Amino acid sequence: MFQVRFHGRGGQGVVTAAEMLSIAAFDEGRHAQAFPSFGSERTGAPVVAFCRIADREIRLREPIVAPDALIIQDPTLLHQVDCFAGLKPDGYILINTGKSFAELGLGDFVASHRPERLCAIAATELALKHVGRPVPNVPLLGAFAAVTGIVRLDSVIKAIREKFSGKIAEANVAAATEAHALVRQKMEAARHAETV
Amino acid sequence: MLKQCEGSRAVAEAVALCRPEVVCAYPISPQTHIVEALGEMVKTGQLAPCEFINVESEFAAMSVAIGASAAGARSYTATASQGLLFMAEAVFNASGLGLPIVMTVANRAIGAPINIWNDHSDALALRDAGWIQLFAENNQEALDLHIQAFRLGEELSLPVMVCMDGFILTHAYERVDMPTQEQVDAYLPKYEPRQVLDPAEPVSIGAMVGPEAFMEVRYLAHAKQMEALKLIPAYAAEFKQVFGRDSGGLTHTYHCEDAETIVVAMGSVLGTIKDVVDEMRAAGHRIGVLGITLFRPFPIEGVRAGLQGAKRVVVLEKSMAVGLGGILSTNVRMALSGLHMHGYTVIAGLGGRAITKKSLMGLFLKAEKDALEHVTFLDLDWAIVNKQLEREKARRRSGPVAENLLRDIGVVAARNY
Repeated sequence: MFQVRFHGRGGQGVVTAAEMLSIAAFDEGRHAQAFPSFGSERTGAPVVAFCRIADREIRLREPIVAPDALIIQDPTLLHQVDCFAGLKPDGYILINTGKSFAELGLGDFVASHRPERLCAIAATELALKHVGRPVPNVPLLGAFAAVTGIVRLDSVIKAIREKFSGKIAEANVAAATEAHALVRQKMEAARHAETV
Repeated sequence: MLKQCEGSRAVAEAVALCRPEVVCAYPISPQTHIVEALGEMVKTGQLAPCEFINVESEFAAMSVAIGASAAGARSYTATASQGLLFMAEAVFNASGLGLPIVMTVANRAIGAPINIWNDHSDALALRDAGWIQLFAENNQEALDLHIQAFRLGEELSLPVMVCMDGFILTHAYERVDMPTQEQVDAYLPKYEPRQVLDPAEPVSIGAMVGPEAFMEVRYLAHAKQMEALKLIPAYAAEFKQVFGRDSGGLTHTYHCEDAETIVVAMGSVLGTIKDVVDEMRAAGHRIGVLGITLFRPFPIEGVRAGLQGAKRVVVLEKSMAVGLGGILSTNVRMALSGLHMHGYTVIAGLGGRAITKKSLMGLFLKAEKDALEHVTFLDLDWAIVNKQLEREKARRRSGPVAENLLRDIGVVAARNY
């Protein structure tokens, strides 16, 4: 079972992101369960959502305490909420930021993490560019597909089109696709640097 | 057809497939998405003929459902928590009048302190209101139980409450197999009321009954509800024939054959418990689970048969009887009369407190050693409890409990992971 925890703020589409990831996994024939941690349903308040992906029925209903991956939609949460609680030692970390992990003050924290599992991407900028609104959730899903390979980009795109329609859907598809490509490029460059 | 959707959506679509003629509801979390979806289906004409009635309160919602049902319409509503309490008087009337309304209760705690999260306090507060009460373990069962609920309620002329855990199920996206209209039509006959307000054959419904016959009317309500114990297994079997899956029934056992310890529970926590039991079984522990799908009428014989081979029973419930202990466990005790075994009550998950595998594992290992208290509050934070007790001892005017505890914890946002 692969478990993803999403951290963000009300209005950033945190819950929708978890739901879309579950739809993408379902489209690939897998079992998936997405659910929110409710309470602070106010714009700007910290919100957490969860997604589990497995090859058999998921009966477990506890919140995700030991995630395989974290998607942090708002870097300002790093000072407010214990986003990294329970993260597996070789877990993935995706952060919506134009800065590096070191610039966010996480250099020491991620020193022992596998670098290819860390991903910083300016998802809000991508969302503004394509969608015209600061909703980083969808580009982060595109990045997630690229970094983890847990779901394919085309499944994410299918999920986007199931959740949204018309222009908004296509704008989000463009945002996810560009995020996916950017992360792929970075990964290729890193691999190239290693081999050289 | 398999689909990935929210539990509320799955239930709304299942209810629509049952062709309700009147849907009335007042929004309250975590039930809102269900009736929102139904309202949309009525507006677009996808669900027709059906009237969606916006009402001004839950009391009005149940009152409209009563009127509609008495006029011969298949009627549906949904609520939760304070909403259910607010409609309480009408809830009793619906069953007293024998009207087969189906209502979803998206289980949520009851205040004060106000809390929007899941537990079973709401439905269990109305356990003796004369409604049949079914509890769903997952979203597939939630949608299946609604289809069975219309069939059962209309056959008996009794209202049915389908309970599903608020947020944990209502807001969870998971895989469900959505039946076709043809399947539902084949299973659920057209509503043929046993009593109806019909100008062609005028009757009145709702007479005042004095001491001369009141007890007899109440006895008949009891006797009628007990008939559900026979009908439900038959309807579940027929359901399997039409839809090809097991859903509903009275109780479900899991690894109980040779179990020394059996855990009894209702609702979505059964999934987490089963995962823990799988791990314990793999390590050689003789532990099993008895899930209760039907809470009213209470399946005394089935529960007794399922538990009588065990050495001990752990009833884990998301409800409590203040001043006594458990509600579900008190009911289970009725089924165990005369049997010699250890019985433990565990209150867990109140107001959305997460019930984790880790805590359950520790709990069950302790139970196996008969080292549990008779009533246990799972994962209780004794530090803040004791701090408040000391505060109350030290100062008469020690302030409101809820506010004091929140200040002690220093809550920024509700945390549940």
